[in-house]
Amino acid sequence: MLTFAIRRLVLTVPTLLFISFVIFMLLQLAPGDPMAQVPLTVPDEVKQKMREALGLGEPPLIQYAKWLKQMFWIEPKVLIDWMTRESALFGWLPDTNLYQGELRVLSWQTRSPVMDIIVQRIPQTLWVVGLSYIVGILIALPIGIYSAYRQYSVFDQAGTFITMIGFSIPPFFTGPLLIVVFSVQLGWFPSIYDTTHVVNDWDSFVFQLRQMILPVLVLALQTTAQISRYMRGAMLDNLRQDYVRTARAKGLSEAVVVMVHVLRNSMIPVVTVIALGVPSIFGGAIITESVFKVNGIGQLLITWLFANDLPGIMTLTFIFAALILLFNLIADILYGILDPRIRYD
Amino acid sequence: MTDAPPPIQALQDKVPSAPPRSQWLDVWSQFRKHSGAMVGAGFLVFITLFVLVGPYIWTLDAQALNMRARDIRPIYTALWDSGAKVDWAHPLGSDNLGRDGLSQLIAGGRSSLAVGWAAMVLTLVIGTTVGVLSGFVRKLDGPLMRLTDLFLSLPILPLLLVAVTFFRQPLRAAFGPEGGMFVLIVTVVALTSWMPTARIVRGDILALKEREFVLAARSIGTRPLHIILRHLLPNVLSPIMVSATLGLATAIITESALSFLGVGFPSDFPTWGKMLADAVPRMEDFPERVLLPGVAISLTVLAVNYLGDGLRDALDPRTRGR
Repeated sequence: MLTFAIRRLVLTVPTLLFISFVIFMLLQLAPGDPMAQVPLTVPDEVKQKMREALGLGEPPLIQYAKWLKQMFWIEPKVLIDWMTRESALFGWLPDTNLYQGELRVLSWQTRSPVMDIIVQRIPQTLWVVGLSYIVGILIALPIGIYSAYRQYSVFDQAGTFITMIGFSIPPFFTGPLLIVVFSVQLGWFPSIYDTTHVVNDWDSFVFQLRQMILPVLVLALQTTAQISRYMRGAMLDNLRQDYVRTARAKGLSEAVVVMVHVLRNSMIPVVTVIALGVPSIFGGAIITESVFKVNGIGQLLITWLFANDLPGIMTLTFIFAALILLFNLIADILYGILDPRIRYD
Repeated sequence: MTDAPPPIQALQDKVPSAPPRSQWLDVWSQFRKHSGAMVGAGFLVFITLFVLVGPYIWTLDAQALNMRARDIRPIYTALWDSGAKVDWAHPLGSDNLGRDGLSQLIAGGRSSLAVGWAAMVLTLVIGTTVGVLSGFVRKLDGPLMRLTDLFLSLPILPLLLVAVTFFRQPLRAAFGPEGGMFVLIVTVVALTSWMPTARIVRGDILALKEREFVLAARSIGTRPLHIILRHLLPNVLSPIMVSATLGLATAIITESALSFLGVGFPSDFPTWGKMLADAVPRMEDFPERVLLPGVAISLTVLAVNYLGDGLRDALDPRTRGR
């Protein structure tokens, strides 16, 4: 198992490099000049110098190599410095001071390090997206279990219908719909997510809960639809197995048969599906974030796209790709751990 | 010459009680039992006819501005609000520039469905080609499957956004504003969603090509291309059809999402996603402008999903006849 994990991890590195190279070259193909907004009165040679100052003077391959160096050599140094200086976990270690003021990946729009901006935005995304994923799983599992146990019952038909709706109604429709109903007509929840809000007492905590409900609902509907389908399918596969009949025949109660024997075996594929879905929810949250004005990383990507901020887009897209590869890896390893029949040798 | 001995009873051929049923008749009778799929198929036919024939019946131009007839509410608002501004000339109302709601809905549906169908066909072509090649040609299997894995690990929506934002200008110059966007969205959606089809087709081809009928075809000297076209492709038709429905649904939703984020078709060209996005800022006063295109998208995708569900049941011989 360990050798398999290490081998997969090693194989991930060239894939990641290749993906980053493809994204970089795609962005190189993109038309659009960062100097397009500069007034025409600025002479051409000055514009050329400004381009070089943005790192555009070198051939693409050298630009790519420099991006790699900044991303995998200089940014980790900044991260380690920060961890030994401020974080609670490693703060007791002596300060490292690895970072000596080298050039980091700079955003063209704000001229500040891209990673700093991303780190500022990640908590909002994690709170909204992460919580909605957990809520979605918590709703989906019981629905899937019960509708498989009572296949073709009214509950199962209704569950199928609701999951179909969850698949079919896009978030850019449910979002405005919920806003109209719950924040305009009923006035229960705010329609815009206030990211400057600080939770320091009970009232502010309640406010935080209220502003999170709508975006979490929208995202959770999608998650629930997918995962309850998988849960139902996996339960149905297992309920027909011989070991279920054996368990019933030896007199185990129905609750033990379903919740212990069948559920544990059905969770194997579902857990991997849950792991595989984590990165896609980051990508899918782009729409929800722009509907509810959550300034997370999805919204950041949109802003950078419209501002033609290539280093930012490059880094952010790369992070999305890395997340997908990471969770693919986690899913593979989980599958091996949970199912002892699977041997990677 | 003696009479021929009477044939032994047991050796006589049994006369079939009913004429043999073709495979597609079986599929159809199973499909008819799935009421959701029937309703879905009916709705899909209806919405397709609605957008195809609609402009000939309701001849108002979707892009014609009429400042005298703007902000008209749909005719059904008069049921509960007698003071509402309604007009039989605009049964579904008009927007803030006086463009007719019904003809916009028809025109928007035309472009949304056109994008959906075109992207689905392109997805199937790419996916089936990759799947057949990697299943049939052993040398290509490794590289093509690695390529599929690579595409599966790309962040789809961010890349779609990047491609559509950056490449609209050159394509607009080549194909015109609407044509360029159409080509771009269809290509990009197809390039990012062919992987599941390719995997399914490859798996089926791998199993099929070891079967006896392929060996028989090979032994009478059938060329590989002919084997693929005559013997393999008809047998993988059912998974392809199921993934076609999924592809149609994804393509419609993706196009609407791009329009909603403001990177889709040009602003004077109606699509359902664009109408929805344009209406969101004033949805408290005119909720129908969000609801109508939103419901249209959702119902179409719901219909397609149910259709796919029914097809999967009907085409799978294990579930047939239950």
